Amino acid sequence: MIPSPAKFGETQAVRRRRREERVARAAFGVMALVLVVPLVLIVSHLVAQAFPLLSWDFLTTNPVAGMRKGGVWSALLGTIWLVGVSLAVAAPIGVLAAVYLNEYAGDTWLTRIIHLAVVNLAGVPSIVHALFGLGAFVIFAHLGRSILAASLTLAIMTLPVIIASTKEALASVPNSFREACWNVGATRWQTIRGIVLPNSISGILTGVILQVSRAAGETAPIMFTGAVFYKKIEAGNPFAYGLKDQCMALSMHLYTVTTQVPDVPHALPYAIAVVLLGTTLLVNATSIALRVYLRSRKKW
Amino acid sequence: MELGIAQAQAKPVDERLNLARAAVLQRRRWGAVSEVVIEGAIRFCGVSAILFVFGIFFFVFREGAGILGRLDFAQFLFSPAWYPTSESNVRYGVLALIVGSLSVTTLAMVMAVPLGLGAAVFVSEFCGGRARETLKVVIELLAAIPSVVWGFIGISVMNPLIQRVFGVPVGLNVLNGALLLALMSVPIIVSIGEDALKAVPDSFREAALALGATRWETVHRVLFPAAKNGLLAAVLLGVGRAIGETMAVLMATGHAINIPKSIFDPVRTLTATIAAELGEASAGSPHYQVLFVIGILLFSITFVVNVTADIVVKGVRK
Repeated sequence: MIPSPAKFGETQAVRRRRREERVARAAFGVMALVLVVPLVLIVSHLVAQAFPLLSWDFLTTNPVAGMRKGGVWSALLGTIWLVGVSLAVAAPIGVLAAVYLNEYAGDTWLTRIIHLAVVNLAGVPSIVHALFGLGAFVIFAHLGRSILAASLTLAIMTLPVIIASTKEALASVPNSFREACWNVGATRWQTIRGIVLPNSISGILTGVILQVSRAAGETAPIMFTGAVFYKKIEAGNPFAYGLKDQCMALSMHLYTVTTQVPDVPHALPYAIAVVLLGTTLLVNATSIALRVYLRSRKKW
Repeated sequence: MELGIAQAQAKPVDERLNLARAAVLQRRRWGAVSEVVIEGAIRFCGVSAILFVFGIFFFVFREGAGILGRLDFAQFLFSPAWYPTSESNVRYGVLALIVGSLSVTTLAMVMAVPLGLGAAVFVSEFCGGRARETLKVVIELLAAIPSVVWGFIGISVMNPLIQRVFGVPVGLNVLNGALLLALMSVPIIVSIGEDALKAVPDSFREAALALGATRWETVHRVLFPAAKNGLLAAVLLGVGRAIGETMAVLMATGHAINIPKSIFDPVRTLTATIAAELGEASAGSPHYQVLFVIGILLFSITFVVNVTADIVVKGVRK
């Protein structure tokens, strides 16, 4: 039989494979797109509905009239306090823990268990953190329902995020840097303080900032450990809360206004959601921008 | 005379040298001490994660321990009757809550797993440069939306949408919660799944392409088998995330204790029950203690899921 001249051209099989390739590419693309679309739609919908209420005053005035009118000052300030205190606790512990894991620990059973513990700590449901915070800080440590108890609960919850990202940042410092430092006689800690930390500080910061955004959005862990539905404070005074006080929080405020308060004006919960979302997304965008910027000027 | 002066100055110089030497030694000693202190702190922080995990288990257990002796575990796990505040006939059966959690999580995973893995494949294999960076940023932002905002979206956006599209009277149900959970757990599936695909050496891809395979053939004949364990771990972590999620399901699933017969029935999950009832239960009461027992149950479930995921990933490295 004479071979067909199309032998080296497109056979049926090649066409079929080409078609499959196109279909696969399109299908995966659509799946990725399905993730982008809701984000855009949801954010724009929220902002559009909230628009009539959004103003500087909304941020700086207290909620009034049974939380049906006014702004979100007391909730915003509460969130800032909670996040600030939890950061002050979680950042040092998390960074040092990552230093241990990356610089000190060998490949031993202890390291393996620590790794498992971090993974599990990251996977503990937020409501279980709430139960823990209530049992350990509020009741056992006699802190009562307070900013301190809620912040400690948040700190433990966000610890694995800081550990993981810091560890990654430390691991990205080339080993030759450490070896050079050891060779001139520096001790382990001097090497870490003088070489490893300065060279990875940007990555560490990125992770810490990410923790801020996560802590700001959490509701369940603070519900029973320090956040309350309503608390009257002086508007405009950033030190209106103390560590032993209970406080309002943006996330809790959104939950309250959405589910517990009747006859709320339509735009109010949207506006609270936008403030909360804006805070977390802004913090996240900062962290992403920082990362991109620092990657672009990395020296090695 | 000059010699005398030199001798006179020699002593102080010597003394000064001695002082300086002493100071250096002192500083070294301090350095050594502070080094020991700092290394101690670092080691302590290193093991702190273990302490916290045990601490969580211990303190949740401690609050719930009072009722463990009196709790009928067969009834607890297999009875759908949850009447924690009843005067005459108190029942603590969490079957309906377990089924509620499972139904919402399962439906969420049915949507999130194909989407998440598909997006992971797209990000890792089919697009490059700018598109990849943009997609990763979007997915990161998706992960940053707080769960209470998702819950609010469930009430304000999904609820009317589901009512209109499916013609059901109430839109706060299994489907609503599952949609939210799917969107919430997709980012973790994408990022872990992408890591798994990236862990496959490039030589595998090159070998497949050299044999004339298309990208799709490379993905499903070479990369999927090679990254199988990592992808499985991604799915498991997504499941863990979905089971533990609280605020979104509390607000969006309709809050009725009910074994669902269709995806349009309202349910209540384990997590939502704790969040909804802990505020009302007086500290130390049986109801309060049972809620902590549910906490132990949740902790155990996520513990098993996370450890399994970890073992699965470690398996691939060996």
